[in-house]
Amino acid sequence: MRFDMGRGSLLVTLAWRNLWRHRARTAMILFALALGVWSMIALAALARGSLEEQLRKAILNLTGHVQIHAPSYRDDPVIEHRMSVLSPALLSLLNGTSVTAWSTRVRVPAVISSERESAGVTLIGIDAARERGLSFIGAATIAGRQLESIEENSVLIGRKLAERLETEVGRRIVLISQDVNNDVADRGFRVVGIFDAEPRALETSYVFAGRATVQQMLQLGDAVSEIALMTPDRAGLEPLLARLRAAAPDLDVQPWTVVEPLIVLTEKITNVILVIWYAIVFTAMSFGLVNTLLMAVFERTREFGLFQALGMPPRHILGQVLAESLILLALALVVGNLLALATMRALADGIDLSAFAEGFAMVGISPILYPTMTPQDVTIANALVFVLGVVASLYPAWRAARHVPVVAITRA
Amino acid sequence: MEHTVVCRNVSKVYRQNTVAVQALTEINLEVPRGDFACLSGPSGSGKSTLLNLIGGLDHPTTGEIEVDGSRVDTMERADLARLRLHRIGFVFQAYNLIPVLTARENVEFVMQLQGVPTESRRAKALDILREVGLDGLEDRRPGELSGGQQQRVAVARAIVSEPALVLADEPTANLDSKTAENLMQLLVHMNTEHNVTFVFSTHDKLVMDFSRRLIKLHDGRIVEDERRRP
Repeated sequence: MRFDMGRGSLLVTLAWRNLWRHRARTAMILFALALGVWSMIALAALARGSLEEQLRKAILNLTGHVQIHAPSYRDDPVIEHRMSVLSPALLSLLNGTSVTAWSTRVRVPAVISSERESAGVTLIGIDAARERGLSFIGAATIAGRQLESIEENSVLIGRKLAERLETEVGRRIVLISQDVNNDVADRGFRVVGIFDAEPRALETSYVFAGRATVQQMLQLGDAVSEIALMTPDRAGLEPLLARLRAAAPDLDVQPWTVVEPLIVLTEKITNVILVIWYAIVFTAMSFGLVNTLLMAVFERTREFGLFQALGMPPRHILGQVLAESLILLALALVVGNLLALATMRALADGIDLSAFAEGFAMVGISPILYPTMTPQDVTIANALVFVLGVVASLYPAWRAARHVPVVAITRA
Repeated sequence: MEHTVVCRNVSKVYRQNTVAVQALTEINLEVPRGDFACLSGPSGSGKSTLLNLIGGLDHPTTGEIEVDGSRVDTMERADLARLRLHRIGFVFQAYNLIPVLTARENVEFVMQLQGVPTESRRAKALDILREVGLDGLEDRRPGELSGGQQQRVAVARAIVSEPALVLADEPTANLDSKTAENLMQLLVHMNTEHNVTFVFSTHDKLVMDFSRRLIKLHDGRIVEDERRRP
């Protein structure tokens, strides 16, 4: 059926003018719909911002975008499960354009002791220079100094650990672990730096030393426990993963989504919460929309009877009511989106949650929350409101088209 | 003779739960093309009911009704709407103008539904408004017009698309006598100049005096059908 501009413009004209017959009522429902749209987008932005921050921290928490290990390492992260030689093909990929930063690490369980206290930790041998852009330790706030060489006999420890060990920069500690021969390996180190980290648990878990020093201590030779790398796009890892696995078929190559399943679960839970919120908001909005349209249809019963008496087909009456709803929804979407955009602009510097900072820091959430408005969330919110709004409008529109002309016209 | 309206044994019963009200009984009526007929009778005699049945706004309980050759008693809703759009004009007692449209837009309404091009539609609407004496008031909304002016707009809307039949239910009920007389003269002019068939339902003696045919109803039956010289 061709769209008739004459009839079409008549329906739109009637719809637009009828909307503003009761300005206060239209303004109220418009405000309610816009508020609903705003809340859907704003909450999603807050949730995404929080999630993004958690994701970012988890990836910087030594995870990286991809990790490579010996086949049994992830099940049992002990010194026996180590990688010795990196193939030229693997090295070529790691040094290629698909990887923005990479490094090898030695990671073993150990005990750290000061003259006062001892604690169980994870000893990580790193190349501090290569950790920049790869993990938090490469850019951490450090009292003292960063590790400057992979061969120096120094360690970085976390602030909480330093407090627990009652030690400080310049003092010596002893690290004890197990070497490749299953003998006890111990060595004294000087504390050259104390780092701050989020979550706070990292400050008590990790002790960083030069990779070569740790390899020597554990008689590892050139062997390492893991390779971590970063890429330009954490969402598009499949092609790189395929090439890495082809280059290192004997090694276990896994993306961050496998290495950090908890964050993936958090993302799924966030999505579910958003869906539930969308459903609640939309249900509330649709009641208001349907009620407003039904009131308008009821008040104009005689008018709809007149339309039929003058020869307007029932489908055009339905179309006119739907047109009113479409205009209302479109206006609400514009206003709601503009409000959301303005809100994001106003919160561009983040929401300061310092009052709750202690609790957030423990679980790795930054005290500054940066809302993140994604095209996907905005599209879903708009599409949901529009489509379901039209569906909710069908009943009032059908009621309008079902009037019997003589009954409608003779209604007082 | 060609007839615009033919009613054969038309009856209408309204049912409200267990109560049945016989509004019309065995109505037989033929209205020739170009007739200017008036349905009169006391309240409850069935005038408006008969008008509504002829216009396809309601269905008879029994009997047949033909309007311009089409059986309206058996038509589907969409077909009835099409018939009303192209062949029948209505003038209601309470003007029944569309409040959000101007006088010109109200008159254009039917033509717009018919698909008449914009320029042609606009020109015809302005012409007919001029003819009914509303020149200069075309951009006013119904709320800005007097009762008489609104009724003129309603008449203009009913006749602008040159329907075969105009049904007018108490068209002068809310008008003063002078305005009512002016309106009737206008309708007579439309009848004689454009050969539009008019059927009125009225209590108003003025309307009866203008009519060439007086059909009296009583308790749902035609009791008198008189041709007269107006």
